[in-house]
Amino acid sequence: MALQATVESRRLPSSQALNRIGRAVRSNRKATAGTILLGIFILVALFPGVIAHDSPTLDAYRPHLGLSSAHLLGTTAYGQDMWAQLVWGTRNVLEIAFVVGLAATAIAVLVGIAAAYLGGLWDGSLSVVTDVLLVIPLFPLLIVIAGYAHGGGTLVLIVVITATSWSYTARQLRAQALTLRSRDFLEAARVRGERKIYIIVVEVIPTMTSLIVASFLTNALYAVLFASSLQFIGLGDPNTVSWGTMLYWAQNNAALQTGQAMWALAPGACIAALGAAFALLNYAFDEIGNPALRPVRRRSLKRQPIQPSPVEQGERHAA
Amino acid sequence: MRYVLRRLGFFVLTLWAALTFNFLLPRLMPGNPALAMLGKFHGNLTPQSLNALEILFGVNTHKSLPVQYIDYVHQIVTGNFGTSLDFYPASVDSVIGGAIWWTLGLVGVTTVLAFVLGTGLGIVAAWRRGGRLDSLLPPVFVIASAVPYFWVGMVLVLVFGINLHWLPYVDGYYVATDTPGLNVTFIEDVLSHALLPALSLLITTIGTWILTMRNTMITTLAEDYVRMARAKGLPGWRVMLDYAARNAILPNLTGFAMSLGFVVSGAILIEYVFNYPGVGFMLLQAVQGEDYPLMQALFLLITVAVLVAILIADLATALLDPRTREAR
Repeated sequence: MALQATVESRRLPSSQALNRIGRAVRSNRKATAGTILLGIFILVALFPGVIAHDSPTLDAYRPHLGLSSAHLLGTTAYGQDMWAQLVWGTRNVLEIAFVVGLAATAIAVLVGIAAAYLGGLWDGSLSVVTDVLLVIPLFPLLIVIAGYAHGGGTLVLIVVITATSWSYTARQLRAQALTLRSRDFLEAARVRGERKIYIIVVEVIPTMTSLIVASFLTNALYAVLFASSLQFIGLGDPNTVSWGTMLYWAQNNAALQTGQAMWALAPGACIAALGAAFALLNYAFDEIGNPALRPVRRRSLKRQPIQPSPVEQGERHAA
Repeated sequence: MRYVLRRLGFFVLTLWAALTFNFLLPRLMPGNPALAMLGKFHGNLTPQSLNALEILFGVNTHKSLPVQYIDYVHQIVTGNFGTSLDFYPASVDSVIGGAIWWTLGLVGVTTVLAFVLGTGLGIVAAWRRGGRLDSLLPPVFVIASAVPYFWVGMVLVLVFGINLHWLPYVDGYYVATDTPGLNVTFIEDVLSHALLPALSLLITTIGTWILTMRNTMITTLAEDYVRMARAKGLPGWRVMLDYAARNAILPNLTGFAMSLGFVVSGAILIEYVFNYPGVGFMLLQAVQGEDYPLMQALFLLITVAVLVAILIADLATALLDPRTREAR
């Protein structure tokens, strides 16, 4: 234990966090399930042609076919292969999830940490913006914006969802950054005369890695649900191949009533599974990011410094 | 008192933000989308309603933006949201007035039901920590939080509506045969039509209540006053309800406020799946029909409803929890 502690103290805080993340993924059954599930979806999105040989857009087959070996999930009312649509549609959803996840998290990190670290008027105004966005019902807002934009396709969806959905995670990040503010290693950096931007980028952000990853997962989950919902009600580009537009066409053709339930069931189940992958991972990262969830480790920290002491941190950066 | 004032101030600020957003959005969009909309209906509109719409969307005007803004706010405050273009010549106000009761009934009743049931289940789960309910909840909740609301509705339609023929799944009542009013068949039909949408909402929203309640309750159960109550030999249910649950329920109230926006969002899609004649379905119809006056008014209405609910929850917290009154 003691040996391990000294080994860990030599590492950067971010690699420590990543290490802990790796361990958590292996030890936590939910995290393992989430990783595998997400991995499968990523593989499918990267190489859709391997498991779906038909074109997702070509309406070359007889419509309304049932499940068969030639058409695993049957065909749509337009004669498209449903399995191919499902497989190729993975790409669009994952694109939105990752781009929105990254962009919204970047905004959240910027706003949350700036508010906490700069304090005063900055904190006041940034927090008000965050809180206002937090309580305004987002989905109606998305509908209105997308309505004015006339369903401008995937890019519009990405921009609109990013612009509206970062507030929740920004608030979480601000709260954690506030608790960091008075830590000794930041005080040491200030005493050394480091610039604010340096302290934020090199000292604060690496310490918050796990919560930032959790924020990404939260935002990605919201993106999957919001984007699919908007596509479902026809506010995306209805010609994109994606799960949400599959649901839109299924609803428009009364798929449930005409015995084509698979048209609606399959993409919905995929959305749920992808969402569950993000949610499961989030669960695990929450435990890493939130010290309150691991009280035992925290108490032992006080007695034997597992985390780098301020002096060591100072040396590392002075070198 | 300061807490109440601060919450009131925040309420006004958010309301102002929503209003301003509504004002700026069509004006900032490339090639004001309202222009095309008005062009289509131009010949049919009376001069007054045309004027009202021009103020709302900033079309055909040479006034500066601040002046437009003052006109706009004045018109909204006096409750003039213009004429609906889909339901022409009905005014937006009267169109919304017909839809709002459906949503209030459906979402109102379901939300209260989900809150009561969910909180109750959360209490029991925490009380029997490690029991069957308690170990089942977290994984179920993880999955449930990822399922799209509308898809739950579609599955229910398929199972109970189409396959089993148990319940109706289109509209709020039998539009062709029922005469709306206070007669037994109509009320029965309204209730039976509300059952599936209500169930979808209940399934998708209850998890949050259960989990929040369970988590706070577990913290509360470790408090000294709960141990004290046990040591006094009070019956188990009294310790559970009067000592632990009573103190643990506050975060659920705040959570109620926070998640209300999500309930409203979910209700929009569920109304859409069931063709339920509430404001959510109407909002989507307005978007698809490019009925911007109706869309704008509905967005404001939904926002105001959510903000008022949050304000009420905040005030209730202040009333129930002396700490918020003294500390802040």
